[in-house]
Amino acid sequence: MNPLQRYAPLVDDEEAFFAACERPLPSVVRVNTIKTAVARAREALDDEGVAYEPTDWHPGILKLEDSSPGTNWPYFHGWLHGQEEVSALPAIALDPQPGERVWDTCAAPGSKTTQIAAMMDDEGVLVGNDNNLGRLSALRHNAERLGVTNLVVSNQDARNFSMKPFGERTPEKDGSFEQFDRVLVDAPCSCEGTCRKNPDVLDEWTMNHVKSVAGIQKGILRRAVQVTKAGGTVVYSTCTFAPEENEAVLDFVLDREDCEVVEWDVPDGFETAPGITEWEDDEYDPSVTKARRVYPHHNDTGGFFTAKLEVTA
Amino acid sequence: MSDDTAPDENWGQQFDRLPPTTDDRVVEGRPSREEVIDWWDERFGVDPAVFDGYTFWEKGAGKIWAFNGEVVDPIEVEGLGMRILRTRQRHWKPSTNAVQRFCGDATKNVVELSPSEAQAFVDGHDQQLDRWEGDWGYLTAAHEIAGELEPLGVGLYLHGELRSTVPKGRQEDLVKLD
Repeated sequence: MNPLQRYAPLVDDEEAFFAACERPLPSVVRVNTIKTAVARAREALDDEGVAYEPTDWHPGILKLEDSSPGTNWPYFHGWLHGQEEVSALPAIALDPQPGERVWDTCAAPGSKTTQIAAMMDDEGVLVGNDNNLGRLSALRHNAERLGVTNLVVSNQDARNFSMKPFGERTPEKDGSFEQFDRVLVDAPCSCEGTCRKNPDVLDEWTMNHVKSVAGIQKGILRRAVQVTKAGGTVVYSTCTFAPEENEAVLDFVLDREDCEVVEWDVPDGFETAPGITEWEDDEYDPSVTKARRVYPHHNDTGGFFTAKLEVTA
Repeated sequence: MSDDTAPDENWGQQFDRLPPTTDDRVVEGRPSREEVIDWWDERFGVDPAVFDGYTFWEKGAGKIWAFNGEVVDPIEVEGLGMRILRTRQRHWKPSTNAVQRFCGDATKNVVELSPSEAQAFVDGHDQQLDRWEGDWGYLTAAHEIAGELEPLGVGLYLHGELRSTVPKGRQEDLVKLD
């Protein structure tokens, strides 16, 4: 079975949805403002004869007309990073500020992490964590190429992330802390939203995997809320359409941790749909409608889900 | 585990903060923050104010990392900011990534390469460069892109030859774009 069929009842235009999922995805790069200005990066691409179109909603996110332009100086200099357009959303919802303490729970290979670093002006404490050592080396490589210097790389299971390395038990020491200002949970998921880039995800899809990965997602999101200070922000994102991995995860954590779903400012010109409150035999907390779903036919991107939570105690 | 280690040892699994000055030094051979900042100023003319918000750390003998924030000392994590310098050897060696990050406004020991020289340098090739009349040792190799000079990486200049130290992984970055 094509798992996308499950989601037909959720979309506004089934035909456009299935057609978009069949098309390959445009190549997109993000300008890395840690190392250069958007205007200079674009000038360098012009000089190299690399054709691109800025996205409607972000001057530093560029769609390339040719997916493999070959030799590319701006890329070598770390001025550009290949990042799917829709994956720029969670950092925008997170809205990190310079000097803050931020945790990216599932950071590798680092597209969103390095975007967060740039939004922090590369100042403060950004903890990029991943439980997979092999993927961590990709995170390190990307962060160094992009010139990130405010990143702490950590290798823990996010579900029981320990604050001990950061001085939780020695609050008298300089630099120690026990909570973050903001946390991004860009969770492992069943990834149907990436089918335009990697159609295999549809063949490999199973309901068992959805169920097991939802358990992991719940564990990570709970821990994220626990280590965020009151008034702080947690963003939960996935690249799946499955309500079991999206609204159901929010609903589960809303019942158990001190947090609420809040609206976030979707960029002008970027079309989204609200989170859903009913799926099969389940009902979810009405506030999950504040989360945003992105379908591939809306903006010619991959599929995505992003929710912003405020921690209340 | 770190508790078993005496404070005067250099312990390879954790990051230890550099002492402010050599007078504050407890661990034998560990460079001070002041020495590291002075080195970038003396070698490349990097304004010491660039590093005002930075803390400096050693993990393993001589590997110095720069972090643009504050964390507890020592700290046991996989990475902390950027590897910028290899010390505890006669000639301290800067990293490619650090030169790209901090030498954009360098005023000393910057060698400008032509387009073909820049390409060869990034491909990892050594090349004759008889026109250089400055210091021997580690140089910032740079080229012009979008109207301004931009650092490519670290070259080692000896006997009229510029040796490329661009790591293999960064050589691939020139062609990879997806």
